[in-house]
Amino acid sequence: MKNIITTLRLFITLSIITGVIYPLLITGVGRSFFAKEAGGSLVTVGDKVIGSELIGQNFKDPKYFWPRPSSIDYNPMPSGGSNLGPISADLKKAYDERKNGNNEIPQDMLFASASGLDPHVSPAAAKYQASRVAEARAFSTEQISLLNLLIDKATEKRDLGFLGDERVNVLKLNFALDSIPAH
Amino acid sequence: MNKFDWIQVAVYSLALIIATPILGSYMAKVFMGKRHLLSYPLGWLERLVYKVSGVDPEIEMTWKGFTFSIIVFNIIGLLVVFFLQFFQARLPLNPQALPDVSWHLAFNTAVSFITNTNWQSYSGENTMGYLVQMLGLAVQNFLSAATGLAVLLALIRGLIRKKTDTLGNCWVDLTRSVVYVLLPLSIILAVFLVSQGVVQNFSHYVTAHTVEGVEQVIPMGPAASQIAIKQLGTNGGGFFNTNSAHPFENPTPLSNWLEMFSLLMIAAAFCYTFGTMVRSKKHGWILFAAMFLIWFAGLGLSLYSEYSVNPVFGHGALMEGKEVRLGVTNSIIWSTATTVASNGSVNAMHSSLSPIAGGISIFNMMLGEIIFGGVGSGLYGMLMFILLTVFLAGLMVGRTPEYLGKKIETKEIAFVLITILAPAATILLGSGIASILPAGLAGLSNKGPHGFSEILYAFTSASQNNGSAFAGLNANTVFYNVSLGLCMLIGRFAVIVPVLAVAGSLAKKNISPPSEGTFATDNMVFLVLLISVILIVGALTFLPALSLGPIIEHFLMLTGRTF
Repeated sequence: MKNIITTLRLFITLSIITGVIYPLLITGVGRSFFAKEAGGSLVTVGDKVIGSELIGQNFKDPKYFWPRPSSIDYNPMPSGGSNLGPISADLKKAYDERKNGNNEIPQDMLFASASGLDPHVSPAAAKYQASRVAEARAFSTEQISLLNLLIDKATEKRDLGFLGDERVNVLKLNFALDSIPAH
Repeated sequence: MNKFDWIQVAVYSLALIIATPILGSYMAKVFMGKRHLLSYPLGWLERLVYKVSGVDPEIEMTWKGFTFSIIVFNIIGLLVVFFLQFFQARLPLNPQALPDVSWHLAFNTAVSFITNTNWQSYSGENTMGYLVQMLGLAVQNFLSAATGLAVLLALIRGLIRKKTDTLGNCWVDLTRSVVYVLLPLSIILAVFLVSQGVVQNFSHYVTAHTVEGVEQVIPMGPAASQIAIKQLGTNGGGFFNTNSAHPFENPTPLSNWLEMFSLLMIAAAFCYTFGTMVRSKKHGWILFAAMFLIWFAGLGLSLYSEYSVNPVFGHGALMEGKEVRLGVTNSIIWSTATTVASNGSVNAMHSSLSPIAGGISIFNMMLGEIIFGGVGSGLYGMLMFILLTVFLAGLMVGRTPEYLGKKIETKEIAFVLITILAPAATILLGSGIASILPAGLAGLSNKGPHGFSEILYAFTSASQNNGSAFAGLNANTVFYNVSLGLCMLIGRFAVIVPVLAVAGSLAKKNISPPSEGTFATDNMVFLVLLISVILIVGALTFLPALSLGPIIEHFLMLTGRTF
């Protein structure tokens, strides 16, 4: 019986350390040094939150760069992938529809992401979409070269030079896109 | 694969080898009660825990006393996590006003987190409030890992002590695991993760109005603190539904690398700790080598498979279920690391991996979560396989089986066999039963062999306490929550109790000095034997099941068939 009580008291003590003090400590440090990151890397225009840099959102308008396919249509409640297997007929059908016979579409635009919220596309996927965006916005040659410059600038390199893949944040790129001056 | 892919594989593997002696020697000092780096800065906390809890650190426990305390500690955890969920609507820190969790999901989740499995039949962001996540789930992330370490330490003491009834003090082991190993590492990792963009707050979810005018609810919460220990403690239960594929849980390639490294780090380093504690570093490195080689072979095969052409789509390295920032190679390093360790977190959807890469994930788990394995649990599982190997070798050459001077006899081998057969039985029986019951088949989302793989993956993951999934399976049903919950309990405690019994039995024996007739357990011959035993036991038990799932799927893929 004494054994049970000691074990219970130890459980409570360790719970307070790891379940109360520890998360509060991290929250305090986060709020002090990384307030924006700890708060979800939110993007605001005026006092309106229009999204998070890290959470992909859907763009369907041809005037914008589009994100990757998402099995949850970019609704984060909850996140999710398709979980379709490598010989799934449903996946093949979705793939064929997205591809529509066009062999030039980069493959990250043909397959749904793991989280359904992937904020990035590959640099190839951004470049592939540039002509559509330029056409929809009736860009001049000058503006098109500005657009290509924007894509290069928005391309994030591999972390530490070798980790992960190069990528373009779609929301940030579209923001920059809206800043290109009209003729 | 490009040169960056090769560099990433090389850097990850080398880092694991380099970190092992560094962290390993630190942990050896901690658990042998010697002075170490954090004795001074954190010693007061250890003493405070004993004082507040009424623990006498000098008390020694028999194997029965040790087992009793571990079981009580886990039953308390089970009840706390269950009731925190079951009454969550009435409890504070639930800004989204999430409703009470159903009894079967609360049971499944409570079992899942006390057993270090962290199988999740739910989506964190719309099921669990902040209080459940931090006071229930995150606490068990620490305590289930500490439980694994305590059991392992008891087994090691059984090997190095002689003619005694006692195996140490389980409360001291639990406390030191948390105070000196899990907590400091978690603090460092959590702060770093916040800097990369992992959320850490107690805010209400944010409703954003997107550029194209859609409302998007962005989840929040104390995620970073939980994700750090989720990786370090080989727990694997995500704060959000898609785990470390979620950009809030794993925002950058750098955060990915550290999370991926953390999930093997402690288990790998403990091989060195073991070598130090048994006063033969070579024995520790043999364990490390066996683990490393089996993991690395699986990694090679998975990468080869993932980058090979899938004839259904006409190319390889499919991005389905993967994230652009992480890429294909990181998804595969992670999928192999998380399944050899009993971590079970994911950064890509395993269900969408190529058939062989998905199959390796299942096979890794089937080996018993002993290739690095869970924190503590991996090494005590591996030691069971070592005793089996020593026993088989003894039978083959006609010598008395011995390991580190301890005679291995029928009694120990009987317990060893329970630890190997119990999870194997629940995997095969569970998968078999689920495959013929309407309640089992109702949850499938893929057809053909992949549907069977979903079931096989679920029962393997639960029985071996991994927690990852072919997540197409809808497991939040009474049938799956209860059956997988029972598998997790058996897979954990039908191993822990026999392991402690072996420890108790070994501690009573004398240590015989090595002689001419001793079968060496620290050379290449033994390494090859050990790897063979592990692979043969795994293959003989599970090849029939695997051939109905991933293997046949692979061959159907080559013919271009879809389902």
